[in-house]
Amino acid sequence: MKALLHATAAVCAFGTYAHAERGSDGQLNIIYWQAPSTLNPYLSGGTKDLQAASLILEPLARFDETGALQPWLATEIPTVENGGVTEDLKQITWTLKEGLVWSDGSALTSEDVKFTWEYCTAEGGGCAQIEKYGGITSVETPDNQTIVVNFSSPKPYPYTAFVGAQAPILQKTQFAECMGSNAVSCSEQNLAPIGTGPFVVSEFRPNDVALYNANPNYRDADKPAFANVVLKGGGDAASAGRSVLETGQFDYAWNLQLAPDVLASMEAAGKGEVISGFGTLVERIMVNMTDPSSDLGPERSTVAHPHPFLTDVTVRKALSMAIDRELLVEIGYGDAGRTTCNVLPAPEIYASTANDACKTQDIAGANALLDDVGWEKGADGIRAKDGQRLSLLFQSSTNAVRQDFQVVLKQWWSEIGVETELRNIDASVFFGGNADSPDTFQKFYADVEMYANNFDGTDPEAYMSNWSCDQIPAPENQWQGNNMPRYCDAAYDEMALKLSQTASLEERAALAKAMNDMLMQNFIMIPLVDRGRVSAKSNSLGGVILNTWDSELWNISDWYRIKD
Amino acid sequence: MLTYITRRLVLSVPTLLLIALIIFLLLELAPGDPMAQMPLTISAEVREQMRQALGLGEPAPIRFWNWLVQFFWIEPQVMIDNLFGTSLAEGKPRIISWQHHAPVMDIIWQRLPQTLWVVGSAYILGILIALPIGIYQAYRQYSVFDQAGTFVTLVGYSIPPFFTGPLLIVLFSVQLGWFPFVYDTTHQVSDWESFTFQVKQMILPVMVLSLQTTAQISRYMRASMLDNLDQDYVRTARAKGLSEARVVISHVLRNSMIPVVTVIALGMPAIFGGAIITEKVFGVNGIGAQLIGAIQANDLPTVQTLTFIFAVLIVFANIVADILYGVLDPRIRYD
Amino acid sequence: MTDRLAHQSTRNQQFWRQFRRHRGALIGGVVFAIIVLGVLLGPMIWTIDPGYPDIRARNQGVSWLHPLGTDQLGRDTLARLMAGGRSSISVGMMAMVLSIGLGCLIGMAAGFFKKLDGPLMRLTDLFLALPLLPLLLVIMMLFREPLSRSIGPQAGIFVLIVFAIGITSWMPTARVVRGEVLGLKERDFIRAARAIGATNYSILKQHIAPNILSPIIVSATLGIATAIITESALSFLGLGFPPDFPTWGRQLSDATIYMQDYPGRVFWPGLAISLTVLSVNYLGDGLRDALDPRQQNLRK
Repeated sequence: MKALLHATAAVCAFGTYAHAERGSDGQLNIIYWQAPSTLNPYLSGGTKDLQAASLILEPLARFDETGALQPWLATEIPTVENGGVTEDLKQITWTLKEGLVWSDGSALTSEDVKFTWEYCTAEGGGCAQIEKYGGITSVETPDNQTIVVNFSSPKPYPYTAFVGAQAPILQKTQFAECMGSNAVSCSEQNLAPIGTGPFVVSEFRPNDVALYNANPNYRDADKPAFANVVLKGGGDAASAGRSVLETGQFDYAWNLQLAPDVLASMEAAGKGEVISGFGTLVERIMVNMTDPSSDLGPERSTVAHPHPFLTDVTVRKALSMAIDRELLVEIGYGDAGRTTCNVLPAPEIYASTANDACKTQDIAGANALLDDVGWEKGADGIRAKDGQRLSLLFQSSTNAVRQDFQVVLKQWWSEIGVETELRNIDASVFFGGNADSPDTFQKFYADVEMYANNFDGTDPEAYMSNWSCDQIPAPENQWQGNNMPRYCDAAYDEMALKLSQTASLEERAALAKAMNDMLMQNFIMIPLVDRGRVSAKSNSLGGVILNTWDSELWNISDWYRIKD
Repeated sequence: MLTYITRRLVLSVPTLLLIALIIFLLLELAPGDPMAQMPLTISAEVREQMRQALGLGEPAPIRFWNWLVQFFWIEPQVMIDNLFGTSLAEGKPRIISWQHHAPVMDIIWQRLPQTLWVVGSAYILGILIALPIGIYQAYRQYSVFDQAGTFVTLVGYSIPPFFTGPLLIVLFSVQLGWFPFVYDTTHQVSDWESFTFQVKQMILPVMVLSLQTTAQISRYMRASMLDNLDQDYVRTARAKGLSEARVVISHVLRNSMIPVVTVIALGMPAIFGGAIITEKVFGVNGIGAQLIGAIQANDLPTVQTLTFIFAVLIVFANIVADILYGVLDPRIRYD
Repeated sequence: MTDRLAHQSTRNQQFWRQFRRHRGALIGGVVFAIIVLGVLLGPMIWTIDPGYPDIRARNQGVSWLHPLGTDQLGRDTLARLMAGGRSSISVGMMAMVLSIGLGCLIGMAAGFFKKLDGPLMRLTDLFLALPLLPLLLVIMMLFREPLSRSIGPQAGIFVLIVFAIGITSWMPTARVVRGEVLGLKERDFIRAARAIGATNYSILKQHIAPNILSPIIVSATLGIATAIITESALSFLGLGFPPDFPTWGRQLSDATIYMQDYPGRVFWPGLAISLTVLSVNYLGDGLRDALDPRQQNLRK
């Protein structure tokens, strides 16, 4: 690799034209410490895979760094105002840009777009992004440039199909044989899809490395500036950070989940800089409203048995008040985190300010609150009422920052007379939906648990419906469902239903905010930190705009080598 | 001896089948889900559809039978096809990974070179260093060399690779800038320059790995040599007037090799198995990284295939060790 | 009867004389005793709670308040080192004893009794081949709840960790011991013992066991180091002690990322593990020399 770097340097030295010509800037080295395993985003929901594929495959529209939609392969974003979306919200019409070609030289037509929908919704294909195509009854192609999508019911937010890094366009000729149950065995296609993006894959080794060359048929004749890209996977966040910030072996490192002081000392080496941006990812504590006691056997953590003390809202409120969120940010995330009192922190129009009191820690207040309702401190300093001690089992997934958080949370809670037992569980078990395992976050055989969640794109409808009654995990639905707190309120469900039928953005925002406030003021979830994305780039890499709403490599065609 | 070898080889077939079954049952029993690494934004229904697409809907006995057929019947055909250009296996279902939807054996072949380069050379280097150290330590028991050797090897063994790896990176890559530390798996050795680059990028992981091997084998070598140095036959040999070197090398060493051979043979399959932590720290992405990645993603076909190949190597390495016992000590007979 | 007792006591005296003469063993024994006493009695003198995060005093250097500094959450390193030592040493020793015991038992049985050799060695092959992580996950899933219910959560996890490490690390010892026994049992003195009608048990105890001590002691020494490190890997995966429970291995792995800025934090747990392993090694050497019948004869 070093030899190649020297070669690159030589090319740069002799190149008199800046970044005006395709391929003039040599090689770009990117490191992802979680290696991409496939280049077909429809077979894998993993962020690393989506991002590695985003150099090749492109959607009709994608989100920019502010979360706004930008037309990409389409000429414009269809809206009701410009006539692209019908008044009844049941039809959307996209128009492709003129003269688009695949990297093999053939033309991109509306047939390819229609095929992408058919591919993802085919029976037995196991498409990970099928929800992006939910509610579509048909896709029509009146001509080569026009795509008309029909929905079964009014779709207030129709920008999910063919939009963003999750739902790019596949080439029909390449994937025609890979429909349905054949999708999984089409390894040649899955590992080397043909796309319209700035790069084409030249070699892909799953979970190791992807090599790309500039796409000779890319629509902008001067781009991309780099002739080839090496996307190396593997290692850990620390070695990825070192390779960009301390040795300069790589130009760009993705997702550096490292303690803030560690990152700062790496950055001090002067070879590169840390960049960060915020999305919708919130680290939160889920409060179990049902009884996880092992005496209940198969009825543990089901709505049949309410929790002995967490159903008391003052206890939940006290737990939240005891937390110093500023300090959590400082310990765990530094510049890549900020305090939040909402589970819906962004985009701007959805962010509530009604709950901001949580930003200041108030241990005395929490103690007073618990005293008032009769939770008395016992001889061991632990509060109890009617023989029920405030003793929690607190579980989370294995991750250095989460374990540090667990320790300090335990300390703060002990200061308000709550005893905490800690557990950490390997992420592959914790986040796995295996109904036979007792340790999944859905089964929630604990009193409180901590993890982070977010939503794709900028529309919170699906995300906010996570806490409606029918999402409660239970033995009847094999413990599937996203309502970990087992919260159930008819008023909340009603608002969720209303949200799915409302088109006006202002009204949607007001509804989503109200739902967020309802959850927050009942302390069903305790938000801790609004987590940003942290990446690092070398000083010689220009054009990088960190985007948390889409692939981080979304504008790689604009990246270039800075010459001194 | 020949009948013994044949008997062992024949017996290893049912053993291996049983091992395959037990591995399969263990993986079935283990908690975990191939969907665990999917983002939380993907809903439960979609996850279930994806599981069905992977074939998880089939009952366990059928999946085990399919794997057996694929491993013992179809994959060998693919190998023949690749060697002789035939098309025996065309259209037959191969063992497909749940993670990347590519044939598991293809990925193994892709990853074998870097594993053999790094882990293999570390192992050989470790043995080559360990044997003389252990022998000389025993020969000069309680000398300064012996004490220093004990100290270095034991401290080296006590410090795990998750620490020595980053330590060497900080020392040699960050501070001194001598070696790269992110392994380039696509590097091709074609001339002297590319060979020196290959050596440079191998140095750090090889150092970490060979430290462990050296420590382990030199301890066994030293202990076993010490046991034999006071034996009567050594005194007899010296009394016969044999040179000191001959006494040590051809008498003591030969008789001291049994535990050492055992340990070396036990380590051989591990060369194929790769080194999980070291491979991860340096981004070598060999078989070890593949196995741990597959376990974490609950990619059962990959885990089953890799572990089974590993089991085959273990069984054969132990047969080789048993044969070597007979060669080293003719008194050991197996009939 | 008195004869035998007298014989026994002279043997014990001989053992001690031999052991004391071994300088390395003596130093090793003293160092090991200091470590054990330190972690057992230390917390009575140094009474800071090892689990208390003094968040305002994070990443402190050496001071009177914190002689070895504090970690990234402001916990006192010295207190954690002592608390960590209790768990690491006890897990290390117990797991080593279990693994060596199992290994010796299986290795000796396989090497000595021809009928058992095949089945036992195939069992060893099986255990060598099983993938460790899924095996541990299954063990934890099956036994964690029942054990913690019957003997309490802390003791339950301790037993489980020792069991998990022991059950997954006895195989090399078994192979090594078997190899040695295979060679030994064809030696003349064993044949002689058999010819004079010694029972299998007494041959194994009197003649075989003392002669395979060397490799066993090496296995044991290396086994302690492996067990301490494996424990930290288990805890890291969430299969071991809870995350606020200090152990040396966990302290070392937590601190690795900080080694450039706070080298002290990796130095102390690293030193503690190394010293323990080294002292046990020298103790073992002394033990071997003292027990070895040949060396006694030689030095008479």
